Amino acid sequence: MKKLISCIDASFGYDSRAVVENLDFTIYQGDYVFIVGENGSGKSTLVKGILSLIKPLKGNIEFENGLKKNDIGYFPQQTEIKSDFPASVKEIVISGCVSNSKGRFFYSREDKKTAEEKMKLLDIYDIQAKSFASLSGGQKQRVLLARALCAAKSMLILDEPASNLDPVVTEEFYRIIDKINREAGITVLMVSHDVRGTVKFAQKVLHLGEEENFFGNLDAYLSSDVGKRFIGGKRI
Amino acid sequence: MIDYLFSVFSYPFMLRALIVGILVSLCGALLGVNLVLKRYSMIGDGLSHVAFGAMAIAAALNLAPLAASVPVVILAAFFLLGVKENSRIKGDSAIALITCSSLAVGVTVSTLSGGMNTDLMNYMFGSILSLSDTDTALSIILSVAVVFLYIIFYRGIFAVTFDESFARATGVRVDIYRMLTSLLTAIVVVLGMRMMGTLLISGLLIFPPLSAMRVTKNFKATVILSAIISVVCFVIGILVSFVMSTPVGATVVIVNLIIFIITNLISVIKK
Repeated sequence: MKKLISCIDASFGYDSRAVVENLDFTIYQGDYVFIVGENGSGKSTLVKGILSLIKPLKGNIEFENGLKKNDIGYFPQQTEIKSDFPASVKEIVISGCVSNSKGRFFYSREDKKTAEEKMKLLDIYDIQAKSFASLSGGQKQRVLLARALCAAKSMLILDEPASNLDPVVTEEFYRIIDKINREAGITVLMVSHDVRGTVKFAQKVLHLGEEENFFGNLDAYLSSDVGKRFIGGKRI
Repeated sequence: MIDYLFSVFSYPFMLRALIVGILVSLCGALLGVNLVLKRYSMIGDGLSHVAFGAMAIAAALNLAPLAASVPVVILAAFFLLGVKENSRIKGDSAIALITCSSLAVGVTVSTLSGGMNTDLMNYMFGSILSLSDTDTALSIILSVAVVFLYIIFYRGIFAVTFDESFARATGVRVDIYRMLTSLLTAIVVVLGMRMMGTLLISGLLIFPPLSAMRVTKNFKATVILSAIISVVCFVIGILVSFVMSTPVGATVVIVNLIIFIITNLISVIKK
C-alpha cells in the first residue's frame, strides 16, 4: 500500500502553545480514518496541520508519494459560510476545481464534467441552479461534499461534516462517504463528534486524548482502555 | 427635453465625466460584491478619507493629488483588508480609527496651508469639473485594468470570497487574492472620489451589489446585475444632476437608493 502522509512526533498549536502533542501516525492510500477526541482536544487544529494551513511546532508531517496539496478535498465546518451568499449549487461545486487548472482563466471542459459527475453522484444535479441559501441542511452538506470531491483527487478531509444534521440524514451522509472510500478508492480522514453512530464505518481511529493519543485499527481501539472509556462513556 | 439631455454631451467636461463615471461605476460594482459579502462594506468610506488626507497633504506640498494619493491609499487598503488576520484592533475599529485620523489630518493640514481651498471641497463632495485630461486618461487606463484583472481572476475571487479556508486548503494563494482586492479597491476609491466625493463613494461600492443580491440566485448574475445597476444609476444620476443642478455624487446615491428600494420590493413580492 502507498503511504500518503507520515506524521512523526509532531505537535500542533497556536502561538507556540501546543494543542496536540507528540503525534505519530501514517496514512495509507484507501484508508478510512476517524479522528476523535473530547472538545478542545485539538481535532480541528490537527486538520489544519494536515492541510498545511499551520506548521507543526515540532516534529514533522510530510506528504509522500507525490501527494499534493491540491489533491486533497477539504470539507470545512459549515459555520464559516455566510447564509446570505448569492451562489448557485453549480457555482459552488465547480469552485472545488479552482486549483486544478492553474494558469487558465476559466474552468476547462474537464472541470465542468467533473462537477457534473459529482453533482449526479450526490443527487443534486437537478437543483444545480438553485441558490445555496435556499437549500435544506442536508442538501447544503451534499453540495459542500460535491465541491470537496471535485478537489479530492486522492484524499478527502472532513471536519465534523454532520454537526447540524438530523440522524437520518447523517446516516445517509456517512453511507455516501463510505461508498466514495470503497468505490473510488479515495482516502478519507474524518473528524467526528458523533462517534457512536459512525465509528462502525471507520477502519482506523486516531484518538486525541489529554494524557495519551491512540492510533490504530478500529478493533484495537474498541478493545483499548482509551476506546472503552471514550465510546463506553457515551452510552452505546 | 431629449434635445436638452443630448446637449449635455456637447460639453467636454460632461463627456469626460460620463466616460470616467461609467467605468468607475462598473469597477466599483464588481469589487463591491466582494466587499459586501466579505463584510467589508465600510472599507470604501475609510479609504476615501485616507485619500482625502493624502490629497490635502499633497496640495500643501504642491504635488499632483491623484498621483500622490494612490500609493497612500493602496497602503491603507493592504492594512485594512489584512487587519482581520492577526491584529489586536478589530476590522471595524481599525476602519473608524483610520477614517477619523485621516480626516483630521487632512482638514488641519489644509487649514494651515491656506484654508480649505476649492479643490479639497471638491474631494469632499465630488465635482465633475475636477477631471483634467490627464486624470481622465489615467482613470480610463486604471478602470480597464481593474475590469480585466477581475475577469482573469474571477474563479479564484469567487472561491476565496465564498469560503476562504476551503480555497486555502486546496492550494489557492489566498493572500495574493487579498492583496489584489485591496489594490483594486484602493484604485477604484481614489478614482471614484473625484466624482462622488469622499463622503459618498461608499454609495458606488455598496448599493449596487446590495440591490442586485435581492433578486439574484447566483454569484455571476449578482456581479453582472450589480454592474448594470451601477452604470444605469450613474448615467441617470449625472443627467438628473445636470438638469436640476444638484451635486453628482448625491444624486447618483439617491438614484441607487431608489433602485435598492425597488429591488427590495421585488424580492418581497416574489416571496
